[in-house]
Amino acid sequence: MRVLAAMSGGVDSAVAAARAVEAGHDVTGVHLALARNPQTYRTGARGCCTLEDSRDARRAADVLGIPFYVWDMADRFHADVVDDFVAEYAAGRTPNPCLRCNEKIKFAAVLDRAVALGFDAVVTGHHARLGPDGLLRRSVDEAKDQSYVLAVLTRQQLDRAIFPLGDSTKAQVRQEAASRGLAVADKPDSHDICFIADGDTRGFLAQRLGETPGDVVDATTGAVVGQHAGAYAYTVGQRRGLHLDRPAPDGRPRYVLSITPKTNTVTVGPAEALEVSEVNATRPVWTGGSRPDGPIECEVQLRAHGVVVPAAVTVDGDTLHADLRRPVRGVAAGQAIVAYRPDPAGDVVLGSATITT
Amino acid sequence: MAYLDHAATTPMLDEVLEAYVATAREVGNASSLHASGRRARRRVEESRERVAAALGARPSEVIFTGGGTESDNLAVKGIFWARRDADPRRDRVASSAVEHHAVLDAVEWLGRHEDAEVGWLPVDGTGRLHPDALRAELAEHGDRTALITAMWANNEVGTVQPIGELAAVAAEYDVPFHTDAIQAVGQVPVDFAASGVAALTVTGHKLGGPVGVGALVLARDVAAVPLLHGGGQERDVRSGTLDAAGIVAFAVAVEATVKGQQEYAARVAALRDDLVRRVRQAVPEVVFNGDPTDRLPGNAHFSFPGCEGDALLLLLDAQGIACSTGSACSAGVAQPSHVLLAMGADDDRARSSLRFSLGHTSTAEEVDALIAALPAAVDRARRAAAPRTPR
Repeated sequence: MRVLAAMSGGVDSAVAAARAVEAGHDVTGVHLALARNPQTYRTGARGCCTLEDSRDARRAADVLGIPFYVWDMADRFHADVVDDFVAEYAAGRTPNPCLRCNEKIKFAAVLDRAVALGFDAVVTGHHARLGPDGLLRRSVDEAKDQSYVLAVLTRQQLDRAIFPLGDSTKAQVRQEAASRGLAVADKPDSHDICFIADGDTRGFLAQRLGETPGDVVDATTGAVVGQHAGAYAYTVGQRRGLHLDRPAPDGRPRYVLSITPKTNTVTVGPAEALEVSEVNATRPVWTGGSRPDGPIECEVQLRAHGVVVPAAVTVDGDTLHADLRRPVRGVAAGQAIVAYRPDPAGDVVLGSATITT
Repeated sequence: MAYLDHAATTPMLDEVLEAYVATAREVGNASSLHASGRRARRRVEESRERVAAALGARPSEVIFTGGGTESDNLAVKGIFWARRDADPRRDRVASSAVEHHAVLDAVEWLGRHEDAEVGWLPVDGTGRLHPDALRAELAEHGDRTALITAMWANNEVGTVQPIGELAAVAAEYDVPFHTDAIQAVGQVPVDFAASGVAALTVTGHKLGGPVGVGALVLARDVAAVPLLHGGGQERDVRSGTLDAAGIVAFAVAVEATVKGQQEYAARVAALRDDLVRRVRQAVPEVVFNGDPTDRLPGNAHFSFPGCEGDALLLLLDAQGIACSTGSACSAGVAQPSHVLLAMGADDDRARSSLRFSLGHTSTAEEVDALIAALPAAVDRARRAAAPRTPR
């Protein structure tokens, strides 16, 4: 097959491309330039879109002996990921930009262009399994598993995706990179959000959305217990940085329970008030291609690296409802609910939807 | 393999490589006083005479540098500084809008860091700077202008500028005129003295010489403040140990290409005309950019409507055909060409452009290979550019 390897400049995508070459594919490496001004994105090892990352990707491609190009996806990325990220926070939701990037950039804009240019598939360094059976499963490395942020992909997208790393742990990937002479073998993992240069999400949002002071209200008493500079800066389940004027009457810590953009109110309360037993979601996507019939007994995960709980999921048109068998704390609108079918050969992703309540 | 990117760099000539290796085997710093030093110095001075003779300059006017970018920076910044030092009213620099980044960015730097006032001289739809445009600029700002810079021939679209006429206009206002002749030397007749320019940039690797060596031809009565300070080599304008082997090789390349220019231009232009005719046949909607006749013999520059240049490049590259989208930034992301935009092209036309540049090793078979691969590549690139909605 002619395959396009998306190369971020990190160790995972470099080894993924190497494995694609070894599998006999005709591989072309592409680094996605996502920043309008590369200097403004994370520098060095922490990000994926700096000039240094571009150079690391190019050097990996050199070592593999494959052609290498840089594709400018900055405008698409800005519109579909960055602007969406800001808009979601402004609406009181908590988006996952990595998931959005997979959905709109890597497996849409990039995949479409690749297919049009004659490529059969896109290879990435995601830690997830996608075998000959076409099922998307968790990585063998549970700590590094990225099936959650891939669960938004449709059947058509998955049919043109190759994830060569799912059967390996991160440590094995690093070891392999070193033995292949890839200089990125010991490059630190990227984390946080690549387009927020200093890691200060609150500052990033404040710059774009401005300061909009409002009340912090205690759910149990209804009393105003503090002020905030912008409700968008809060995430459901958040405990730190609430800056409450007075302690709660029961003396126990307070958590963000909900954000109401309409009234610009952040509601806080005790930990147990965070507990949720039902989740509603919208825009379901099924990795199998079609909507499962009837209620689905499965496991659900409600945030990246979050807990997994058994649930019964029912689908009605464009909405999805999950009855959780165990309550979960800190479920935020805007995150994805991902349904898994437990399987000894690796839990299988059934589908996902965007949490509304 | 069809190498259609000679304007980026062209293979070294055999005699250049031989001259380089022979000189590189000899020890000697051209500034040393002993026999080895004198020998190295002699090689350098003989080379200076050969370059001067080939370009219609005096030997003392040839300043060897580390290549085109350095020569352009030395001319733009050095002459600006010297001229403004001599007359503080002269704080303006004017440049054509289609310069290579080595000039463009040096001019912008003067604007940002030296409080220079910058004037951009407009070009017509073929990329030509008209003497009238320069006259209008100087009629308004002539007494305040420290330097005019305009390239001899454009690296992207190949348009040759009326350098003699432009230099004559600058001379009327007593303003030094620099020209970046990197693409012109060896391609079209270039005579420093006859052209009337004050400074001229030339580099080795565009004419069969090595990368990393070039010259600024600087008229004797034109002062330039140095960029590099040190041992005082090259009239104190360019310090640094002289690269005897590189300079010898550069001189051999300049001499050989200038001597063979007419014959070369006739052969390569015929090949280029054939390429243009067949590209137009294969892709009828193609837009041919630059001056139709007054252009570099090896340059063919097109816009392919509905395509993205970088997609076409990838597809042709996969077929073993090397060409260029124009200027690339350091991250390797293709920006829409400032040359095309200055010529009045819109963003789409600028992004859809490709340059094929022929040179001394070009063959009819290479043109055949391009024509064989191009229609399918254009077809695919067009589909890749068409907006598609996933799912």
